[in-house]
Amino acid sequence: MTTAAVARRPRNQLLPALGMIAPAALGFLVFYLYPTLRGAYLSFTEYNVLGSPVFVGLRNYVDMAQDDVFWNAVRVTFLYVVLNIGFQTVLAVGLAVLMHRLTKSVLIRGSLLLPYLIANVVVALLWFWMLDFNIGIVNAVIDAVGLPKVAFFGDEAWTVATIAGVNTWRHLGYTALLVFAGLQMIPASVYEAAAVDGAGEWRTFWRITLPLLRPVLVLVLVITVTGAFQVFDTVAVTTAGGPGNASRVLQLYIYEQAFARGHFGYASAMSVVLFLVLAGAAFAQMRLLRAGESDLT
Amino acid sequence: MKRKMLAGAVALASLSLTACAGGSGGAEAEGQIDYWLWDSNQQPAYQQCADAFHEANPDLTVKITQRGWDDYWSALTTAFSSGTGPDVFTDHVSKYPEFVANGQLLALDDHIADVDLDQYSAGLADLWVAQDGKRYGLPKDWDTVAIFYNQKMVEDAGLSEKGMQDLDWNPDDGGTYEETIARLTVDANGVRGDEPGFDKENVAVYGLGIPGAGYENGQTEWSMYTATTGWTHTDENPWGTQYNYDDPRFQDTIAWWYSLIEKGYAPPLETTIGASVNDNFGAGKSAINISGDWMLSTYFGYDGVDVGLAPTPTGPNGQRASMFNGLADSVWAGTDNPEGAAKWVAFLGSTDCQDLVGAAGVVFPAITSSAEIATEAFAEKGIDVSPFTTHVKDGTTFLFPVTDHASDVHAIMTPAMDEVLGGKADVGSLTEANEQVNALFDGS
Repeated sequence: MTTAAVARRPRNQLLPALGMIAPAALGFLVFYLYPTLRGAYLSFTEYNVLGSPVFVGLRNYVDMAQDDVFWNAVRVTFLYVVLNIGFQTVLAVGLAVLMHRLTKSVLIRGSLLLPYLIANVVVALLWFWMLDFNIGIVNAVIDAVGLPKVAFFGDEAWTVATIAGVNTWRHLGYTALLVFAGLQMIPASVYEAAAVDGAGEWRTFWRITLPLLRPVLVLVLVITVTGAFQVFDTVAVTTAGGPGNASRVLQLYIYEQAFARGHFGYASAMSVVLFLVLAGAAFAQMRLLRAGESDLT
Repeated sequence: MKRKMLAGAVALASLSLTACAGGSGGAEAEGQIDYWLWDSNQQPAYQQCADAFHEANPDLTVKITQRGWDDYWSALTTAFSSGTGPDVFTDHVSKYPEFVANGQLLALDDHIADVDLDQYSAGLADLWVAQDGKRYGLPKDWDTVAIFYNQKMVEDAGLSEKGMQDLDWNPDDGGTYEETIARLTVDANGVRGDEPGFDKENVAVYGLGIPGAGYENGQTEWSMYTATTGWTHTDENPWGTQYNYDDPRFQDTIAWWYSLIEKGYAPPLETTIGASVNDNFGAGKSAINISGDWMLSTYFGYDGVDVGLAPTPTGPNGQRASMFNGLADSVWAGTDNPEGAAKWVAFLGSTDCQDLVGAAGVVFPAITSSAEIATEAFAEKGIDVSPFTTHVKDGTTFLFPVTDHASDVHAIMTPAMDEVLGGKADVGSLTEANEQVNALFDGS
């Protein structure tokens, strides 16, 4: 950097900088920080929206520790996250590698994104009908080939896996696209070197692609895991938490406690716990998978 | 020119903004009454009422907003808390006690005088008097339940339409009602439920379709059976403080109901999560459904299905039974025009409006004479609704249970009933759920 360049800089960069951050900062303060702080406060109160909050100390948290439905919701949510992220990540990486190595067609790459462009609720209802036990097309096909029909949404053994599958179908293309962007950052020279050394596709994938993809993959995982923990709409429009409590995920239980049962204080307390779990999960992923470092250098 | 259009657009935008502000505040157009309802089938009839009301009161205009049931209550709560609630809204007995407890409803006593409460079907007006002795709603309609059956399936089974009108039931062997359901059940090989070799694992048509496990009230699921055993949901109604899900009469009935699933006469609970019970009926997957009169236009709207109606079966007490639920119109406490709102509620609760609603033939109005108009309107569509009205005529209705903590009771009983109907728990487990429910009322 030359001294001339330094001289041409405006004296005070603070004001223009603040001006540029202001819109985003204002949005953050009003729509994120304030609601979060207020939510944290409400978690120590009993509040039904229509009255005014009454301070009850830690009672909501004590109640939560003894609430079987809450612990069940935690268990169901974790199961969902494991299934959803498991399927989704493996398939997305596979799909991205295929996109990267096999095709240059923008049409094919673009069409993979199509499910993501459909609203969540529409996707959920679409599959809800197609997977219906009595009049859904999937079970009609299963029945036609002589296999026993499956109550995908109604059977406790299937319901969480089904919901995880539906969301995988919707988010797969988007996740694959993110991974694909990461693949494009890997220099072609590394692949050429591998090819010269006689490495096959399989070996190249494990030794070159995956290690070099790690930083991007961590970012993708943090985003998708955080999103998966907050699963709500798919459950809300299909099983509504049933049968029994089999698909009552944490976000749905929070919503029910707040908006259906008027226990905003208790719902806030659960939200605080979910917030801490998510922050912890994101932090652990970043640290354990060394997101800040690349193997390229 | 361009600038003018822009100005017009800005004016429009600000107009729609103020329209959003709704109920309270001075932004709303002078003399506008916001009115919410959830049943889109009924909106045209109530628009007629709104027009007639405007004609009689030119200084007042009613603006109707319709929201589906699933969004209605959370939208209402949010609107109340943000001060933008509707002046008047359609209210449900399971919801209004909590609104009263939170001071969200206007007591109508001070604003509506000289309404003849005797013009309404018996009991409906009483549902809307809260524990403080004040009135929070004027009855607008009522509903009962009846058997909807597929006429062709009944014929194919060799059963008579006349026999369908006179079924009996008991919790031990299910009576002729269960015999009929068994007869109407057909497996994939064409074997009927009451014939040897019936394959209950491979059923093509279930005798009885069920919508689900019935939550806390069982309105269209089990309440028409339990009530004929002498069982009641609560110790008193309205305003009971003790639920009775631990009563053997209730649990025996639920055990019988579940036995239909075990025998293959009704679909397993897990298969009912998905397409609605009425769509399955329309698709020929069940022969009998029990549902309410508000579903009449849906059931009779299925192409290629001839629907018959029959009253619910007589039970151990020798009588039929149907839950009797009535909606009402309530005024929000935050309304900026209590007098205008009350005027609209009084109009909704009068023959001026209820005759119009009755003539539309979508629901039974609360006023007895208007309900007769509805009966005729249904008859003109070729539907004999006597299986619904017979309960009112014979006095075999019982009122929807009205208590405090209704949403918590619902949240506890929903999974509890699912467990039993799903075969995951014994009916005895409902005793524990009952203890949880009754604990809600301790010290309140």
